[in-house]
Amino acid sequence: MEGIYFDNNATTRVDEKVVEAMLPYFTEQFGNPSSMHSFGNKVGLAIKKARMQVQELLGAEHDSEIIFTSCGTESDSTAILSALRAQPERKEVITTVVEHPAVLTLCAWLEKEGYKVHYLKVDGKGRVDMDEYKKLLTDQTAIVSVMWANNETGTFFPVVQMAELAHAAGAMFHTDAVQAVGKVPIDLKSTKIDMLSLSGHKLHAPKGVGVLYLKRGTRFRPLLRGGHQERGRRAGTENTASIVGLGQAAEMAMEAMAFENSEVKRLRDKLEAGILAKVPRAFVTGNPDDRLPNTCNIAFEFIEGEAILLLLNKFGIAASSGSACTSGSLEPSHVMRAMGIPYTAAHGTVRFSLSRYNTEAEVDRVIAVVPEIIAQLRKLSPYWDGDGPKADAFAPTYA
Amino acid sequence: MWDYSEKVKEHFFQPRNAGTLDDANGVGDVGSISCGDALRLMIKVDPATDTILDARFQTFGCGSAIASSSALTEIVKGKTLDEALKVTNQDIADYLDGLPPEKMHCSVMGREALQAAVANYRGEEWSDDHEEGQLICKCFAVDAVMIEETIRANNLSTVQEVTNYTKAGGGCSSCHEGIEEILVKVLAERGESFKPGALPEAAPSGMTNLQRIKKIEAVLESIRPQLKRDGGDIELLDVDGKTIYVAMTGACAGCQMEALTLQGIQQKLMEELKEFIKIVPTKAGALSRASCQP
Ligand SMILES: Cc1ncc(COP(=O)(O)O)c(C=O)c1O
Repeated sequence: MEGIYFDNNATTRVDEKVVEAMLPYFTEQFGNPSSMHSFGNKVGLAIKKARMQVQELLGAEHDSEIIFTSCGTESDSTAILSALRAQPERKEVITTVVEHPAVLTLCAWLEKEGYKVHYLKVDGKGRVDMDEYKKLLTDQTAIVSVMWANNETGTFFPVVQMAELAHAAGAMFHTDAVQAVGKVPIDLKSTKIDMLSLSGHKLHAPKGVGVLYLKRGTRFRPLLRGGHQERGRRAGTENTASIVGLGQAAEMAMEAMAFENSEVKRLRDKLEAGILAKVPRAFVTGNPDDRLPNTCNIAFEFIEGEAILLLLNKFGIAASSGSACTSGSLEPSHVMRAMGIPYTAAHGTVRFSLSRYNTEAEVDRVIAVVPEIIAQLRKLSPYWDGDGPKADAFAPTYA
Repeated sequence: MWDYSEKVKEHFFQPRNAGTLDDANGVGDVGSISCGDALRLMIKVDPATDTILDARFQTFGCGSAIASSSALTEIVKGKTLDEALKVTNQDIADYLDGLPPEKMHCSVMGREALQAAVANYRGEEWSDDHEEGQLICKCFAVDAVMIEETIRANNLSTVQEVTNYTKAGGGCSSCHEGIEEILVKVLAERGESFKPGALPEAAPSGMTNLQRIKKIEAVLESIRPQLKRDGGDIELLDVDGKTIYVAMTGACAGCQMEALTLQGIQQKLMEELKEFIKIVPTKAGALSRASCQP
């Protein structure tokens, strides 16, 4: 595929070295790691190696703390449901309003099942209020689930500190780190985080493989019961090739960590500054001072995101939007709504998410193209006039 | 991403009649920024003949909203006001070779803007029914009258269809019960009964859905040789109640003959099924909803 791919928070390309590492596990090494014969021997070893590669990326104390799953969503569900089942006397969950649907939809269902779910609000920069959090923590809290970094804005949450507070209240702490793993250094052994979810396809491994980190000593109830795979904590024959691929990707992410936080960040900053310098009435959403190095989410006022994406796509540029229209949901992104971004801007948010495969030339090209596209759409907008919003505000009848 | 028809893309990338019309004598502003759609339609009417001489638009919205606005201006230019008022949202969608079901509300907005602009020209207060009807969908400010009229005009029979056409029920979904009540009423007038959740409704002719789909497939099969001779083909994508989604491929896709061909197929299907159906050309893949920003 030719084109400029700036949608790496949605998914990433599988690194060629990852593919290479995986291939033998479809053919010569097809054995079942649980088998007694030698066909399975090497496979068991390969999975063990992958487990250690992930252990290293997460800074986990033991390799047995790594449980392979089928995706980030499965890891999130496993963690939260396990905490509730393991502590039946505690009936409450604390999370945030800006979680990924992998957590929010599950929480909505838990409420129907009779659990109490508290949703932490966020401020205009997407930050939670620690005082509100402290007040909600009680001896009823079974689990706190807060994302490490938000997928739309990249904004970080103080998960290390929040995990300590949760522990002080006797509650478990889970973090959806699907967007953070591989982009920022993580050292779980020095934290009180009990569980962490990650997903392979966000760090140049294939789709359909994920990990649940489970700190040793954390009470656990499996989601899938069956065979003894993953020490009985996640039954089902291992997705060998993808696990090997994830291991390889984890190792490569370790090696690229410094690059990610210097070079990729520099490109992201250049992109952002370049666009903001040329486009009026545009602003960065989330917390610019504390976010993922690869993510930049810009709200373009008075135009709609899907239209922006269609025009970008025409120039071969791939990004994504929190606009209602791209999702078919008819509502703009819950993250933008939660931060109080006005509707005139929330519909026009565009997320550019970079990876180590992007180049300076690509950034320059996007900086050159975006202002034209925005101007073209604003010319069509009834809210816009010349080079600013219409003086007599457009106020349509509701249809 | 949505898979729009070539016509939608064409009208989005090169919108016709975009911008302001300085000597407009009728202006209609409709939509809502909270929904992500808003449209100003400007028309210039010749008072002697009541004919629309020129039309322009400004739209805040997604690709299909902009394309629908562009199509609307093309459709109404040269029409008398009375003719223009007969334009339905389905006409706008048809002009664009169909819209994905979830985007039908874009064409509804176009029709509303037209009514508002004509009312403005005539010096009437365009009430948009909203003062009259009870507000049903609070998320998108859609009232009972609007829902009722849309159900009638488009022969809708499910809540999902109502959402696709009007947006009502697309937000918090707490008004689905209210929409169902309206459906029950309008369907009763039509002599039908509302079946909650029964999306692909049981066929009136006593056929099971599977039998119906098989029948539809058989009809398509029978005309396939003819299409193939012209270098094209047709694929059945989905059957949702009375709406049949198909994809035209090869030489048929987007060709001038497509609309004609589809009309013929629709006719044949109605004869075979002995019921009213609507055939909607859609791109393969367009029926799957994009998921939330992953
Ligand atoms: C923050 C976050 N959590 C969870 C997920 C879901 O991961 P997966 O697609 O592997 O289930 C995603 C990505 O889509 C995400 O961005």
